[in-house]
Amino acid sequence: MGFLEVDNITKTFGGLVALKDLSFEVKEGEIVGIIGPNGAGKTTLFNIMTGFYRPDQGKVIFRGENITGLRPYQICKKGIARTFQLTKPFANLSVLENVKIGAYNRVSSDKEAQEEALAVLELVGLYERRNEIASCLSVGHRKNLELARALATKPQVLLLDEVMSGLNPKETNEIIMSVRKIHMKGITILLVEHVMRVIMTLAQRIIVLHFGIKIAEGTPKEICEDPKVIEAYLGDRYEIAGSE
Amino acid sequence: MEETWEGKKPGLKKTVFGALIAIALIVLPHFLGDYLIHVITMGLLFGYLGLAWNLLGGYAGQFSFGHAAFFGIGAYTSTLLQIHHGVNPWLGLFFSGLAGLLLGLFIGFLCFRYGLKGPYFALAMLAFAEMLRLLATQWMSLRYPLGISIPLKGDSFADFQFRSKIPYYYLCLILTAGLVYLMRFIERRKTGLYFKAIRENDDAAEAMGVDVFRYKLIAMALSAFLTAMGGTFYAQYYLIVEEESAFGTGISVAILLGPLVGGVGTIGGPILGGFVLEFLSEVTRNLLGAYSGVHLMIYGALLVFVIIFMPNGIFGGIKVLVKKVCKYGG
Amino acid sequence: MTIPGAGVVLQSIVNGLLMGGVYSLISVGLTLIFGVMKIINFAHGSIMMLGMYITYWLYVLLGVDPYLSLFMSIPSLFLVGLILQKFLISPVMGAPEHNQLLLTLGISLFIENLALLVWTPNFRSLEIPYLKKAFLLGPVMVTVPKVIAFVFALVLSGIVYFFLKKTDLGRGIRAASEEREGAMAVGINLKKVFYVAFGIGTACAGAAGTLVAPFFYVNPQAGATFVITAFVVVVLGGMGNFMGAFLGGLIVGLAESLGAAFMPGQIKQFIIYVIFVLVLLFKPEGLFGRNVGR
Repeated sequence: MGFLEVDNITKTFGGLVALKDLSFEVKEGEIVGIIGPNGAGKTTLFNIMTGFYRPDQGKVIFRGENITGLRPYQICKKGIARTFQLTKPFANLSVLENVKIGAYNRVSSDKEAQEEALAVLELVGLYERRNEIASCLSVGHRKNLELARALATKPQVLLLDEVMSGLNPKETNEIIMSVRKIHMKGITILLVEHVMRVIMTLAQRIIVLHFGIKIAEGTPKEICEDPKVIEAYLGDRYEIAGSE
Repeated sequence: MEETWEGKKPGLKKTVFGALIAIALIVLPHFLGDYLIHVITMGLLFGYLGLAWNLLGGYAGQFSFGHAAFFGIGAYTSTLLQIHHGVNPWLGLFFSGLAGLLLGLFIGFLCFRYGLKGPYFALAMLAFAEMLRLLATQWMSLRYPLGISIPLKGDSFADFQFRSKIPYYYLCLILTAGLVYLMRFIERRKTGLYFKAIRENDDAAEAMGVDVFRYKLIAMALSAFLTAMGGTFYAQYYLIVEEESAFGTGISVAILLGPLVGGVGTIGGPILGGFVLEFLSEVTRNLLGAYSGVHLMIYGALLVFVIIFMPNGIFGGIKVLVKKVCKYGG
Repeated sequence: MTIPGAGVVLQSIVNGLLMGGVYSLISVGLTLIFGVMKIINFAHGSIMMLGMYITYWLYVLLGVDPYLSLFMSIPSLFLVGLILQKFLISPVMGAPEHNQLLLTLGISLFIENLALLVWTPNFRSLEIPYLKKAFLLGPVMVTVPKVIAFVFALVLSGIVYFFLKKTDLGRGIRAASEEREGAMAVGINLKKVFYVAFGIGTACAGAAGTLVAPFFYVNPQAGATFVITAFVVVVLGGMGNFMGAFLGGLIVGLAESLGAAFMPGQIKQFIIYVIFVLVLLFKPEGLFGRNVGR
């Protein structure tokens, strides 16, 4: 029995096959990256795992429990949180209120929710901006807020959907640091990314999707050398620079 | 330490100010003639109805164009129980609220279960209100061609009828003040924040553990319950219930116009808006005669004006300035 | 509920189709506005009512034949549409949808009640001798004004269809309704598109008003019943879907007429609302399908 299993998931939209017979496993405490060209089905996968879509076939199993078809809020309660590729902040609420809403997932008292929210904001570096209105934030801070909100729900698994896209190198480094801090707390992370540098440095294992099918799975080094992956996605042999 | 943007001193000022206002409100009617008390009472009533609407519209973000459905159900329930079964109107008030609650749950279940949002939800609510109006017309107009009259029982608390307007004023004041307190209580806590989350982005809310369906239903049910009781008050005040004024588009628009003018999603907004509306109604009635449709024309023009020039309403606009909210956020 | 005989049913079918043509015309206008601008035009009914009154007054004051008055009602309501678009609609193009709906609701309330004030709630009818005729088509009696209305409605809808399909501006309108940003990117003048689309929409409503004036009671609230029917048609046909609105109009006209044959007056209205809610709940993309901003 695994920690988080995706079992033969198939999903079609109209005539288009978004995911076909996709299976993989995630062990507790891992950081797994999911890469693939646009349209490969990555966000669809997240939407299925978090209950926004129902798969046509297949199951998602978390800690031995079949969570397929549960509503998103139920899945969040079970311990799987996510960010959205196009950020969805609560625009007219403050940064603090945004995160507090996530905190209420586990606690009911306002005092506890407030404390939890402030702690999370501290962790991701948004404490100073806690009273700012979310719609005023820059892209980088908004992505950070997405992260903070998901974190406040006290998940065991965090699904990050292109949380680095649109960021400059400085902002990217900040988020990478936050993700590392989160991982060190023991939270399992699945991340979808296009920014290769990020995936290669953060992920312990990578799954490659192409037109909804898993074409490769392995360590970053293995993926970089896999000819199927190179042909479909990377384009060229990719060198991993820097240390883990 | 509690995070508020007001420190302690302004808090004290607010309490003193509030107490002064409360005293003023309590002694006010004894200095005014019947007509002015009537105007203020109606202003308060529409403030109350606006606040009730605002719970669903301004806080949970679901704009209903058919709140007349709940208003009318309340008015008819208590009145019919009174006329046909001799049920005391105070008890009838409770049953009205209950009727509103059940209707709200029914309509809410249908609408939210099938994902109606935004203008489609608004139109569905309008349709429901119209359906109730047609039903009322079908069932009532033969027996009560001019509407249902509540027989004049005199001047007693028990009968929920008073010769002077002053008791009505106090009752309305209590209802409105009570609702204000309820809103303040809800606003800062989990429920209030969950409502706002749903308003801002219900997908994100759902992903963060908010049972969106349940909370929308709660907002609807509560809003319906409160609105229905307002309907009963109206019936006991005018002692007549007829389908156009109970279930018509006019009342649906009047209910939502207050919050819109004063500021959707604020607490002061609906009350201020309610008074503005009542004031305008009275002025047009006096200037342009007894013809009743004129105030609807003014409502229409006001609606257009507010939407174009001040969609945040009066208080909303102030909030924008004070909190330095980004108007051009992404 | 009474079970009518075959003759009555046949009569209902014919009348329903004839009226359906008018519904199609109104709905085509409404769906065009929604498709291009994503605006639900609540004021559509009151605009139709204005068309009715233009025709009425032109006949009563100047003796103008109602069908000639089309030359007046169509351009003037097109102009009204342009004015509304310029001053009232375009400021709220970026506003939340329920606000846009509130705006058009406000406009409709204003127009309707202004009409009530100026023209009184009295029901008026056009007494036109040559239109009082009817003829037999087999077992079915058909009144002349209804047939003329049907024919004109079809012709006008056809003209709109032709315009959308064959002219550059029409194609621009269609492009903008499919993909607004893409249309901008290829240089289509969105502002012009919005003006024209809204104008055509209101012109359709006005024309429909003219066409029904000869056989309908002209009164300030006449538009209210039509606008709800138009909403039902548009939602049924798929919002923004021209063909859907056109066919939907005929279907709804038919259903309404058959319904009236079986059930008493008030119920008919009630049923329309029920259908409206049911379609919104269960099939928001309509019977013919199309995008719905849900």
